[in-house]
Amino acid sequence: MGGVVDGLRTYRMIAAMWMRSTMAYRTSFVMTTFANFAVTALDFVAILLMFSRVDELGGWPLSEVAFLYGLSCVSFGLADLAIGSMERLGQRVRDGTLDTLLVRPAPVLAQVAADRFGLRRLGRVTQGALVLGYALLSVDIGWTPVKVALMPVILLSGAGIFCAVFVAGAAFQFVAQDASEVQNAFTYGGTTLLQYPPTVFGQELVRGVTFVLPLAFVNWVPAAYLLGRPLPLGMPRWTAFVSPLVAVACCALAGLAWRVGLRSYRSTGS
Amino acid sequence: MGSARLYAAVAAGGLKRYATYRAATAAGVFTNTVFGLILVYTYLALWDERPHLGGYDQAQAVTYVWLGQALLAALAIGGGGVENELMERIRTGDIATDLYRPADLQLWWLAADVGRALFQLLGRGVIPFVFGALVFPVALPGSWVTWAAFLVSVALGMAVGFGIRYLVALLTFWLMDGTGVTHMAMLVGFFCSGMVLPLNVFPGALGEVVRMLPWSALLQKPADVLLGEADPWSTFAFQGAWAVVLLVAGRLVQSVATRRVVVQGG
Repeated sequence: MGGVVDGLRTYRMIAAMWMRSTMAYRTSFVMTTFANFAVTALDFVAILLMFSRVDELGGWPLSEVAFLYGLSCVSFGLADLAIGSMERLGQRVRDGTLDTLLVRPAPVLAQVAADRFGLRRLGRVTQGALVLGYALLSVDIGWTPVKVALMPVILLSGAGIFCAVFVAGAAFQFVAQDASEVQNAFTYGGTTLLQYPPTVFGQELVRGVTFVLPLAFVNWVPAAYLLGRPLPLGMPRWTAFVSPLVAVACCALAGLAWRVGLRSYRSTGS
Repeated sequence: MGSARLYAAVAAGGLKRYATYRAATAAGVFTNTVFGLILVYTYLALWDERPHLGGYDQAQAVTYVWLGQALLAALAIGGGGVENELMERIRTGDIATDLYRPADLQLWWLAADVGRALFQLLGRGVIPFVFGALVFPVALPGSWVTWAAFLVSVALGMAVGFGIRYLVALLTFWLMDGTGVTHMAMLVGFFCSGMVLPLNVFPGALGEVVRMLPWSALLQKPADVLLGEADPWSTFAFQGAWAVVLLVAGRLVQSVATRRVVVQGG
């Protein structure tokens, strides 16, 4: 338990340091945050353009697709904000700067996670939150206390699942430093996939992202429950509540992968 | 003739440089394939709802997706070509060395970018496209003439793409930090090239406008030539005109920009 507290403290200090350094160039910060907002909003513009020509996609109307989009985007945005810099680990392995982190008396995972902490990534979270707000106003959900309580749980579990993907991806980069782009297929690819209804995709693909890489629990499964739709793959309704367990399990596995990766690390010596 | 050899050597060097990173290339192929898969399913749903949307049938829409994934890196639609290096050289001042070289600055970088584009077309583009063509029903032309016209259109698209990115890179002479413009260029590039959605699907006046902009020369035009939806000659004329306009503009901006360079010894 001491390790976790230590890690969080390290993370907080490094992140605060990067925030101060970012705020030294305020104009640049405003510009890059806006760019982050606009670039990530392009995905929703694509959806809007599609719905300018059709009324439904895979049987889902715009408001419900926006609901999926908002949940996926906010969950992923929070994970990206928290530990998105981990995708740069391969570069640190390549140029040898990871060694510096190893000799510091602080958990390596926390140091790598907080490295180059970028507040500009709030752009994606903001954009996703705006779409989610629009969706909540326009979808027809019979709200009950349970359903209201489920909303924050969905977002946090989703962020947890994506964090696990980031950590596992970073662990993979110990083995294949140059292949860091593989990770994009699961992080950015994952959030793009979840922006569309599960009914759009092939059954095998839906099975894959439910049982192998359980991204479906970020939004597809709980959102289908909230909207009163049949759950993907005909799963029972209680599975809408297991997202937190899935997140914890994913994080545990990713943590294990990180340990194995870090143990196998051999410095380039340069 | 000597200078042609020089630029051929620069292009070959560009190709070899990108070919060095095999694991990165394999990773890129994988990622392009995954994104292609996701997009194909969303397009199929869209065309299921509205058959013949934008004049494409389902097989044509699927072909369009895989073409986009094949050309994304080669034409550096969202950026990521040699312009990043050029911007870094302008920022650090290394550009002064380039200006001393007995070679034309614009042609030098164009040659390097052509080398990069050729490698990424063959190394990164072909596999996702072949995968898509094998797994999904696609609409490919039977005649080699259409394939040849498509390749000409891709080459012209490369020239237009370089023209745009060169102008963006030259802005660094005034801005020093290119992060902001790189982001904006990526945003516009994705949206206006048809990478987000085919431009013929865009509604009304928005569609009319984006189809006239130079970015449409990157993906939409070559795709329409391959899919037999556009007359090759008028497409070449459109792309060629934009290529000339952008490359000449690049030359003008370059001559203004290089006058700003002050070399401080040391």
